[in-house]
Amino acid sequence: MLKILYFASLRETLSESGETLPLPADVRDVAGLRRFLAARGGRWQCLLTAKNLRCAVNQEMARADSALNAGDEVAFFPPVTGG
Amino acid sequence: MAVRVQPEDFDVGAELAALRRENPGIGAVVAFVGLVRDVNGAQDVSEVSEMTLEHYPGMTEKAIEAIVTEARRRWTLIDALVIHRVGRLLPTDQIVLLAVASAHRGDAFAACEFMIDYLKTRAPFWKREVTPTGARWVDAREADEHAAARWAD
Repeated sequence: MLKILYFASLRETLSESGETLPLPADVRDVAGLRRFLAARGGRWQCLLTAKNLRCAVNQEMARADSALNAGDEVAFFPPVTGG
Repeated sequence: MAVRVQPEDFDVGAELAALRRENPGIGAVVAFVGLVRDVNGAQDVSEVSEMTLEHYPGMTEKAIEAIVTEARRRWTLIDALVIHRVGRLLPTDQIVLLAVASAHRGDAFAACEFMIDYLKTRAPFWKREVTPTGARWVDAREADEHAAARWAD
């Protein structure tokens, strides 16, 4: 299974704070997961179109080519604005 | 070294006293306190009535601890403290405290500035402002990216 979390403006756009789903067979990395989620259409297309979307895998900042495995926690969010 | 993410306010004086208590090797403490302003980031006019800080529990603490660890690798520090608030905040409220203790001021000044620059671009917090025209998420500032990039080695 894959645990996916959405934060801040992305959470509001998707009306979803997170979900759990089996790792799709053709998803190998973060870029693949973004394509998979965006293929749901409608508001989910923002996973591909959002500017500067950030991603963390297992609570570490990740890149488009970061590998994904079953059991991973993946988070998508806009650039951070703390401090 | 302590990292705390909490909704509650903090007492800067008490926190700094605790940081340096019973450690006569500390010759300098540098602290940064971030505050909620009443101005909107984009327009810089006084209209923000409140702010909510969201974060990513678990990753937030790890990200801040990694920043403190990196600061300790770069400078000679005796101790460090980071407190970041989350939840609903009002103008003039304290948001964040970073305090660094070292033998000499040079290490403490540099490490404190490095830590806030990195925290602003690497720790998963998001600010949402309430203004007369509605609520909006604060956009990341390019100036913050530039400030963090200065420390790249």
